[in-house]
Amino acid sequence: MKNRIWYPILLLLPALVILGTFKFYPILSAFRLSFYDWGISGEKGFVGLENFRALFQDPFFWQSLLNTLWYTVFTVPLSIAFSLFVAALLNRGIKALGLYRTIYFLPVVTSIVAVSVVWKWLYDPQRGLFNYLLMLLHLHPLQWLEEPRGVFELLLGRSLPTALKGPSLALFSISLMSVWKSMGYNIVIFLAGLKNIPQVYYEAARIDGAGPWQTFRNVTVPLLSPTTFYVTIMTTIVSLQVFAPIWTMTGPPPGGPLGTTSVVIYYLYQKGFEEYQVGYGSAIAFVFFLIILAITVLQKTVLEKRVYYEV
Amino acid sequence: MKRLSWDKPLIYLILSVGAILMLLPFLWMLSTSFKTIAESLQFPPTWIPQHFTLENYKIVWTKVNFPRYIWVSTVVTFFTLIGVLITATITAYALSWFHFKGREVVFVAILSLMMVPIPVYVVPLFILVQSLGWVDTFYALIVPWTVNIFGIFLLRQHFRSVPRDLYDAAVIDGCGRLRFLWQILIPLTKPALVTIAVFEIIGSWNAFMWPLMVTNSDHMRPIQVGLAYFAQGESTNYPALMAASTIVILPLIILFFLAQKQIVESYSRSGLKE
Repeated sequence: MKNRIWYPILLLLPALVILGTFKFYPILSAFRLSFYDWGISGEKGFVGLENFRALFQDPFFWQSLLNTLWYTVFTVPLSIAFSLFVAALLNRGIKALGLYRTIYFLPVVTSIVAVSVVWKWLYDPQRGLFNYLLMLLHLHPLQWLEEPRGVFELLLGRSLPTALKGPSLALFSISLMSVWKSMGYNIVIFLAGLKNIPQVYYEAARIDGAGPWQTFRNVTVPLLSPTTFYVTIMTTIVSLQVFAPIWTMTGPPPGGPLGTTSVVIYYLYQKGFEEYQVGYGSAIAFVFFLIILAITVLQKTVLEKRVYYEV
Repeated sequence: MKRLSWDKPLIYLILSVGAILMLLPFLWMLSTSFKTIAESLQFPPTWIPQHFTLENYKIVWTKVNFPRYIWVSTVVTFFTLIGVLITATITAYALSWFHFKGREVVFVAILSLMMVPIPVYVVPLFILVQSLGWVDTFYALIVPWTVNIFGIFLLRQHFRSVPRDLYDAAVIDGCGRLRFLWQILIPLTKPALVTIAVFEIIGSWNAFMWPLMVTNSDHMRPIQVGLAYFAQGESTNYPALMAASTIVILPLIILFFLAQKQIVESYSRSGLKE
């Protein structure tokens, strides 16, 4: 299209101004401020790597990072396993596919704050529905969101060193809710992926006498791997940034019991916003960004080798 | 296929149990919202309220500022949506139908910004908005979010798939650049615009962290923040909390049932490699 240069520039201007002001500039600021001592009394000047040094010696930061990783390690595989399972069943040419899909998808469009409030009620140790259901099954009631002990400790019935405890039951409870909330999205993505697998492969497997499990294992899983790869990376990035359920469901103060549900973004919010330690908060933000990036790159290198792209 | 005759009923059984589990929290929310406090604490619990009451909805609607929260969220969602649709359209147009030096550089630069998640820069953004004097105003809730990079990306893909001949034909007929965008490109790429709108409406309505930071007064709270503070203050009045949650969830559930096909398709499209 032959045209004067100002025309496209004029069209680009609004987005560039808004992104520049409200995204690019704050990102640069976060980077710059992480080298500054900027606390509640205002900016006090350049301190080099001091914030980062303090951060690496901050036990609360390490705990929040460990909590975040535990949360992610539990949420992502559970969410993927359940949604792949349901999607595979939904793809078996069943009737009422639309109805099932609608039901499984419903939590996706609802607000995380509202479902957090609802699940807090389900988890209530005295009057919650979950403990009532456990009681009907003649099982012990659990403390759910108020239980600081690690899930592995509870399973084994004895205390373990910090690194082996696993997430607290409180954090695991939030993880379960997130699986419930995010499943519908992953199911829809998996369904789209499953539809793309040519029917001939299933025919071939059937002629070769493969059973449902063999077919799933040797046809569906490899041919679906590009979708699984995408879902894994997206779910991980979202899980690492969990915040709203922590604020809404835990505590008071949020992050409890005993700091076992304090995740990095909540810690960042606490330091950078509530305590107004802007420099320190920016250092957390910056380190956290690098961690997300590293995890994504790691997943890409490890998982992409196992992705089967159809030629 | 005879061998598989038993597995269809089993599939329906598994899917139905799963569906009940998915619906359970919503059913429990609805059931509790119509109970009195005393009945909500009764043990064993009742599924159908014995003393059906609308009192909880009345409390949420009149004693707490929920109508105002809904108004704030509606205004924010509406203007953010308009902003996002306009910026996505004109930016994608410039990045797909015009040739100029540095076009790809601009596109990659915009796209790379998508990689940085909001929490990373939220504190400096807050300081910026504070220095503009926007804390506790609609500006803070709307203006920073009027560009959606994913939207630009998606729309650009769709614009590029429109055949060039259409433009040449339109120009011969004396069609201007903006009219071409408005009368030809936009109608042809409606599904993409619907996708962007779906994400934007759901995202705006459900936004939490940023509104939590930039609003101080009860008067300016969007619905999620209003609900979160209400939940903190009334942590034991579960019937009222469930009524409030129902009110917060309801608009999106209604929207979902009205535009179910478009919404599910939008989400499923977001995962496909274009």
